[in-house]
Amino acid sequence: MRPFTFNKAESVTKALSGKREAAQYIAGGTNLLDLMKKHIAQPESLVDVTTALSNKIESDKNGIRIGAMVRNSALTVDKNILDDFPLIAKAILTGASPQIRNMASTGGNILQRTRCPYFYDVTAPCNKRNPGSGCSAIKGDNRMSAIIGYSDQCVAVHPSDMCVALAALDASVEIIDKDQKKKSILFKDFHRLPGDTPHLDNNLPDGALIQSIEIPQNAFAKNCAYLKIRDRDSYAFALVSVAAALELSGGKIRAARLASGGVAHKPWRWYEAEDFLKGKEATLANFEEAAEIAVKGIKPLSSNGYKVSMLRGAIVTALEECVN
Amino acid sequence: MSLNQSFSRRFFLKTTSFTAALAFIPKGVRSIYEEVKRFIVPSKDVIPLMVSINKKEYSIKADTRTTLLDLLREDLQLTGTKKGCDHGQCGACTVHIDGERALSCLTLAAMIPGKEITTIEGLSEGDKLHPMQEAFLECDGFQCGYCTPGQIMSAVSCVKEGHTGSVAEIKEFMSGNLCRCGAYNGIVESIQKVAK
Ligand SMILES: Cc1cc2nc3c(=O)[nH]c(=O)nc-3n(C[C@H](O)[C@H](O)[C@H](O)COP(=O)(O)OP(=O)(O)OC[C@H]3O[C@@H](n4cnc5c(N)ncnc54)[C@H](O)[C@@H]3O)c2cc1C
Ligand code: SF4
Ligand code: FES
Ligand code: FES
Repeated sequence: MRPFTFNKAESVTKALSGKREAAQYIAGGTNLLDLMKKHIAQPESLVDVTTALSNKIESDKNGIRIGAMVRNSALTVDKNILDDFPLIAKAILTGASPQIRNMASTGGNILQRTRCPYFYDVTAPCNKRNPGSGCSAIKGDNRMSAIIGYSDQCVAVHPSDMCVALAALDASVEIIDKDQKKKSILFKDFHRLPGDTPHLDNNLPDGALIQSIEIPQNAFAKNCAYLKIRDRDSYAFALVSVAAALELSGGKIRAARLASGGVAHKPWRWYEAEDFLKGKEATLANFEEAAEIAVKGIKPLSSNGYKVSMLRGAIVTALEECVN
Repeated sequence: MSLNQSFSRRFFLKTTSFTAALAFIPKGVRSIYEEVKRFIVPSKDVIPLMVSINKKEYSIKADTRTTLLDLLREDLQLTGTKKGCDHGQCGACTVHIDGERALSCLTLAAMIPGKEITTIEGLSEGDKLHPMQEAFLECDGFQCGYCTPGQIMSAVSCVKEGHTGSVAEIKEFMSGNLCRCGAYNGIVESIQKVAK
């Protein structure tokens, strides 16, 4: 690690004013310290936000608010989450390890950086780490890379599981910027596609803090599933994952949500497949057709063609799990 | 003029003329120089810390970069906690922070004041081993023993959290602790024994 100064902010105001240009916020530290040890992140100072930000989960009739400092493990045992938003807990439980989930914060999870092997290898060209240097993955090892939404500048995927569930449930990210202005960003607009600016993962303004996540009330609690396919059974990032949620009434689908991890630079929503399912019977044939609609037109890279059929199968299985 | 001053003056002259020359050197070389310079001129920041480990208070000074793992091993000679990967991937460095299992290699020492840390050294009461330590001995929950302190700290939490309903559940909730010797069966048995 490079030397840095360390400050603990007691309040949001102090955190915002303490955040100089070359400073970075630190929450659980599970992603940032890893990147600092590898000299990928090189902040000159750290601002500890662990006490400045809320670690409370509050719910009312409109939905639930999750403070940015709520630890990932807390979300897997909270009664309101388990009763009304179990998809969140299911997704988190497939990620990382119990130790890491105890440390990881909600805000940090959303802002965690890609696991592209070249992003981590400081000797390799990588547009995300070093803009303009090139992308090693496009012609190199792209087995884990994106199959949709990528650009010729970057084919990385967003590694979070929790974010796939948040995307499926139409969450919003509540932020406060340097000038203390609060703003709400819809989850679907929070993370970016790489385009010509692969060094930017998301639309959080410079120096802004995530204060909380809000999820509007929904009727998906009874019929939802998170399916994650990975190289080993546990403690590995997704090759492909699917968050599926159905609102059923008498065998008919009133509303459907489908989102995936491991396929794009951001958690990906399958809107067309969701529209197809709306009003249909919850049958295997319809699930298969929805999966077909999702994968239609996907163009994988040189070494990740397997993800297309894997995704098709994962969508069908996740939808079946919703109704079983 | 002291030796020290003349050295830094010479260093200054050298680096500035070098910097001027650098204006004509390609960007890649220049950035390498910037990298090197930051190593030559480190400005490490040492801060005072009050920490509580195994119910004992310590008042120490540490570089801000010190992880809890290095603080334990290098500064406090509590070498029971092991360094495996140093990147959050193996679980060898597992300790309890305020009673919950966490990775000391991804925790900054600067962030633990006010928290209670328990390491493998704090698990036994005098000569009386913790039931989980006894179980590991009885069930052969290790071979070389390197991963064992982390396994035991994690196993104690696994039982406390109630994730011992089945072998599959134990394996899932112990997946953050790798064992190169493959002592997994003994580890699962130890946990089942304590959970009973
Ligand atoms: C071995 C390993 C395996 C993992 N496996 C998985 C997995 O399978 N699935 C998965 O989803 N994740 C996985 N993770 C990633 C883990 O979930 C993230 O590292 C974690 O969620 C990050 O949260 P944190 O609080 O530790 O963030 P930090 O490391 O503290 O911060 C991450 C970034 O967010 C910024 N930040 C943090 N909080 C705020 C805030 N409130 N406002 C503004 N900026 C903020 C920091 O400045 C930093 O840039 C794994 C991690 C490891 C080490
Ligand atoms: S895919 Fe993105 S992160 Fe990976 S090497 Fe290319 S530019 Fe870097
Ligand atoms: S040393 Fe901390 S997880 Fe490996
Ligand atoms: S006993 Fe040797 S690594 Fe686990």
